[in-house]
Amino acid sequence: MNARFKDKEHLIRMGALFVGAFVLFLILRAVFVPKGFGAYGHYRAGALADNRDHALVFAGRRACEDCHSDVALVRKGSKHERIACEACHGAQSAHASADDPAAAKPKLPDAKTLCLVCHQDNVAKPKGFPQVNPKEHGDGGPCTSCHKPHHPEVS
Amino acid sequence: MESILYHVQGFMYPNEVELQWSILIVLYPFITGLVAGAFILASLERVFNVEAVKPTYRLALLTALAFMLVAPLPLQLHLGHPERSLEMYLTPHTSSAMAMFGFVYLWYLMVVLVLEIWLDYRKDIVLQARATTGWTRKLYRAMALWSDNISERSLEIDDKVGRFITIVGIPSAFLLHGYVGFIFGSIKANPWWSTPLMPIVFLFSAIVSGIVLVMLMYMVVSWVRRTPIDMRCLDTIGRYFMYAFIIDFSLEMLDLIHRIYEADESFKSLNFMVHTKLYTSQVIIQIVMGTVVPIGILALIQLVKLSDAARKSLYALAGGLAMMGIFAMRWNVVIGGQLFSKSLLGYTTYKMAFATREGLLATVILLTLPFVILWVLVKLLPPWPEKVGAQPD
Amino acid sequence: MASDRREFLKTTGTFLILTGAASLAWDQILAGEPEKAPNYNMADHWWAMAIDIEKCIGCGNCVRACKAENGVLLEPFYFRTWVERYHVPEGELEHPQVDSPDGGYDGFPEKYRHGDGSKNFFVPKLCNHCAHSPCVQVCPVGATFESPDGVVLVDKSYCLGCRYCVQACPYGCRYIDPRTSTVDKCSLCYHRITRGLTTACCETCPTGARMLGDLKDPLDPIHEFLRTHKVQVLKPQMATGSKTYYNGLDGSVR
Repeated sequence: MNARFKDKEHLIRMGALFVGAFVLFLILRAVFVPKGFGAYGHYRAGALADNRDHALVFAGRRACEDCHSDVALVRKGSKHERIACEACHGAQSAHASADDPAAAKPKLPDAKTLCLVCHQDNVAKPKGFPQVNPKEHGDGGPCTSCHKPHHPEVS
Repeated sequence: MESILYHVQGFMYPNEVELQWSILIVLYPFITGLVAGAFILASLERVFNVEAVKPTYRLALLTALAFMLVAPLPLQLHLGHPERSLEMYLTPHTSSAMAMFGFVYLWYLMVVLVLEIWLDYRKDIVLQARATTGWTRKLYRAMALWSDNISERSLEIDDKVGRFITIVGIPSAFLLHGYVGFIFGSIKANPWWSTPLMPIVFLFSAIVSGIVLVMLMYMVVSWVRRTPIDMRCLDTIGRYFMYAFIIDFSLEMLDLIHRIYEADESFKSLNFMVHTKLYTSQVIIQIVMGTVVPIGILALIQLVKLSDAARKSLYALAGGLAMMGIFAMRWNVVIGGQLFSKSLLGYTTYKMAFATREGLLATVILLTLPFVILWVLVKLLPPWPEKVGAQPD
Repeated sequence: MASDRREFLKTTGTFLILTGAASLAWDQILAGEPEKAPNYNMADHWWAMAIDIEKCIGCGNCVRACKAENGVLLEPFYFRTWVERYHVPEGELEHPQVDSPDGGYDGFPEKYRHGDGSKNFFVPKLCNHCAHSPCVQVCPVGATFESPDGVVLVDKSYCLGCRYCVQACPYGCRYIDPRTSTVDKCSLCYHRITRGLTTACCETCPTGARMLGDLKDPLDPIHEFLRTHKVQVLKPQMATGSKTYYNGLDGSVR
């Protein structure tokens, strides 16, 4: 039996080396592949939770309307009704979730700068959208002298 | 980084302005190409019994191994998280050409190259183990897997198994570099890359570069060792060099002609790029100086009777130009494919750094490293009967 | 310029406030176990986005909100969402002039005149959350994937930073975040939509040009939108299964 394999023995040793390497590979797989990999597809299931685990920066308009229902009432029927509060007032997650909201009170945006972000005339804006040339519209004063931001229609 | 914005012409999607793949990713297909090409030249002798190239057989194999060992390094340097690269083997995404390539690489390195070299050199390894002492002896014994059997029968078996491995190795070499081409060719988002011809073009230019590498090394090593160059060997290699190059050139021209003729939506943008940003590297360096001129030189050698000395000089010249042209081809594919916007409305620029992780210095070091490794390999496993085998620097 | 300094102070101030906000809001989030987001079942949702080009006014609210909500770098290169302005001279459908100054972060300074016969409009762009995503296809390790509820996400602790997915995306929506050396892109505000909120960009869009949609919810307005408008996706010939539907997409849009 030995004699038969004598001349192939070195090949068997090489073969054993390959088998050993493969076993090592299987061990590495068992140890290092993260738990939950492949549960939903070819990815680590925990990545879904990782992507959900971020803090909110914008509170969302429902959070505003919970307390400021009076403002929501004022805005009813106006062209600005559909705009979310934070679109103008900025991210307010801190204010909405604070123990003392008054302490984290949002700063009132400067009307002229803010209004022009949307309403400054621009060739690329849709035709039907209300746009003005600030130099020609009104008398150069702040927009709020004629338009209330929460109900901008001038009667 | 802001400075790149100054060089943006037209419009690019904002996230496209900075190039994703640097010169290291140009280097990587170049190196794997050399491996595939060197191996195929070696296989000519073993499998197709092209006796003439026998003097280069062992040198070609060792060269392939030296470059193969360096091949993953540009990739590791380029990754954002090289420490996670084992993930490609542990959880490979089977739809990703890059992931499957990891296994093709491993297969080729271990089963084809290492096994074939081991089987061809085993007798010499065992003889060295018997003839040396101390740590050198331990090394050779380990390389022989502590076997001492070099009987006639065992060497016959080695030869048969080696032949089989070489036969398997040829399609493996095709797969190795064809795969790299597929990594680019399968990206539908990029019209410069997306063509079924890409794997084949890559493969044939790889074969050319590998043949040239072995040929140049053979000439240099013979000069250093002051041994005469076997002209029959050199002329045969020269002929294969020419055949492979003609096929490669035809394929590249086919791609170009096809694009120009069909003139699809990407043509205008790409055409402008080739005429401006890529003009020097593609038209001048790759096509004219790097392909047409070497093919012309090789054809000249076939048509006109020239002296040995003249032919040697011309082979060296053609080889040098071809190498430059093939490196330029990788550059034009990788960098060229990122210089234009996928909106087809603009262009950016590639700012190559020098002393950074992905800079020119790293590239030069990575190109020098295989020769250092080869020097060690030649010392350990001399390709020639006499043990005088120093590599030039 | 004085306005540059004001911008800088405004940005820094906002950033500081937001960092404080984040830590405060964290208490709220920790209420439920992250694994089981309360009342959210992935199988009940299939997220998409609808964009109405005829309503976009290029105000840049979405770009600013996204950067704030997701902590995206303010450097000029990286955007999870951005807005492009198209200027299509008469008869030059194939050669529009497009610009996106800082992604539209500070709006669009006027560059064009009325009455020159050209067509001008804004196009917001973001990750299309493709159903047959080429970026997912090429990822070598499974670090990017489509969630069971249709959102293409990135696993930042698994990503190698090989950039293959960035090359494979036809829409240019991916980039490498230099802080993590991994890829980053629009996550459809996954942390918000799984809590019943809408994305930051949709929240702050003043005209309703951007609308998050849940294709599995029979009451979602997106069904009506898709039925009553002539919708298109970007680069339909690539068959990516893009789930970002545009109304009013001109032929010149890339």
